[in-house]
Amino acid sequence: MSLLLLLEQTLNGIQFGVFLFMISAGLTLVLGIMNVVNLAHGSFYMLGAYYAATIMAWTGSFILALVIMLPAMLITGIVVEVLVLRTMYERDHMDQVLATFGLILFFNEAVRMIWGAESMPMDIPAFLSGHVDFIPDAPYPIFRIAIIIAGLLVAALLYVMITRSRTGMLIRAGASNRPMVGALGVNIRMLYMVVFGMGAVLAGFSGLMAGPILSVEPGMGEDMLILAFVVIVIGGIGSIRGAVVASIIVGIFETVGRSILPALLTQLMSSDAAQSMGPAMSSMLIYIFMAAVLFFRPEGLFPARTG
Amino acid sequence: MMSRAKILCLLIGFLVLVAIPPATTALDADFYMGLAARMMIFAIAAVSLDLLLGYGGMVSFGHAAYLGTGSYAVAILAFYGITDGFLQFAVAVGASALVALIIGFICLRTKGVYFIMITLALTQMLYFLGISLEEYGGDDGINTDRSEFFEWFDLGDDTNLYYLILFFLVLSLWISWRLINSRFGMVIRGSQSNDDRMQAIGFPTFRYKLTMFVIAGVICGVAGFLLANLTEFVTPEYMHWFRSGEIMIMVLVGGMGTLFGPVFGAIAYLLFEEVISDFTEHWMIIFGPILVLLVLFARKGVWGMLPGRERGDD
Repeated sequence: MSLLLLLEQTLNGIQFGVFLFMISAGLTLVLGIMNVVNLAHGSFYMLGAYYAATIMAWTGSFILALVIMLPAMLITGIVVEVLVLRTMYERDHMDQVLATFGLILFFNEAVRMIWGAESMPMDIPAFLSGHVDFIPDAPYPIFRIAIIIAGLLVAALLYVMITRSRTGMLIRAGASNRPMVGALGVNIRMLYMVVFGMGAVLAGFSGLMAGPILSVEPGMGEDMLILAFVVIVIGGIGSIRGAVVASIIVGIFETVGRSILPALLTQLMSSDAAQSMGPAMSSMLIYIFMAAVLFFRPEGLFPARTG
Repeated sequence: MMSRAKILCLLIGFLVLVAIPPATTALDADFYMGLAARMMIFAIAAVSLDLLLGYGGMVSFGHAAYLGTGSYAVAILAFYGITDGFLQFAVAVGASALVALIIGFICLRTKGVYFIMITLALTQMLYFLGISLEEYGGDDGINTDRSEFFEWFDLGDDTNLYYLILFFLVLSLWISWRLINSRFGMVIRGSQSNDDRMQAIGFPTFRYKLTMFVIAGVICGVAGFLLANLTEFVTPEYMHWFRSGEIMIMVLVGGMGTLFGPVFGAIAYLLFEEVISDFTEHWMIIFGPILVLLVLFARKGVWGMLPGRERGDD
């Protein structure tokens, strides 16, 4: 295991973590503020990728795909909120889980019917292709760097919006006492709709960024959804700061663990045993980490109520 | 007391289940016997999940974990040439108890949304574990033979397997009935409506709930044991979270917090899937919205819509 490879894997881990953050951010806000479990959040990620891939196939322009996809996701999110989620706020979590599970089935099948069951090609845009040599002798794809930068920008933007803007203040207030904010004359329905739509846009955006490097296919959102749940549990529900830290941790564990753990195990035991144990162990790594975090901090690393 | 309509339904249902093997043999329609066996296996799983959802207020989104554990116990032992059914059964029960104990111990420290997400995540971990175990087939799954009960019982015969499944369905219903009406069950139900109050009057509810969690896991593990025998094939798909969702849907469709509801829910769901998938392979696009509507408007489930008490001991 060379240091260079380790460095490259760490960068990949951060880049994967940034993905996870963009998906988890919307989910954790919706959970923290509206107290709604939205399993269909992974579907937004999938739809974002499909919208973008389709527009790119038509026009060939990545920028155009981005510009059209974002409002399209906002509309999709708002339609879903108005039709289904709005009726679920007062229901218990079990109902929310089942209803949004129904949405997943619907979206997956709809995508399969419209775009087919095979994965859809999506190219890295020309202006972001190529490699950069910022570490000597280790060319790193520009697109992956772009993902990291985009994710950090999103995180910074969200942070400023939530802590500094009026909307952010209302969002925080709505999270801690919903009836009180409503009584003070804030249109809480509108607020919820905006937050939900924003979550959908974020998920769609990460779908767009994921399209060229992962495959665009039906059901691509599910694995991401589970990982996003892990991120939220570790970071603490409703906490953006927690989501940032937890997604980077999970991202690094997922990628670095997968490449290092088998090598580490070969040092400890026979290579045959390590060959079969390695993948199994590394796929369990983040869940074991999650269980450990829960054991010591059942509310997550950064419980939202305290900041 | 149950209403007359419900008793009638149960009686007819039971008689139909008993009559299916001779009837399908006479009509030369073995497929339907397999379908009915499958329905009963998922009915067992749904009944055990309802112990958690409907009586314990524990929204477990990872019940497929035990279905997988039970079936992998059969397949892995058979892989090493151990086909003794008694031993396989014991290992299936022991392994699912252990898995439920560990998952329950972690999850029951949390509440609400956390509980849902963690049961989901830990089950998905088992799914990925199943995929990464190349020795046992990885994501292709692994073929297995029926368990052997030697001179006691010939499980190779489909009819025998069918009646064994029916026996376990009745047994799990009986156990559930005894459980929810016992003092133990009352504590669980009390903690569903107000956990803090139960603790305040001196019940260590964590231990009670963990015990219930393990019992439900074991019953579902038995369903997994039966499933592996029925399909003679085990795959990580049994542990996929879609499977957990399906079992949950069966409970909802049948009627949460009722003893017999989940049985009818499992039958209704698998029947619906069977019928509608003949018409279109895209049946999910119809079922998805139906599920949303069911959640919105039909929370009582099929069983709850029959005349009789709102919910409770039946």
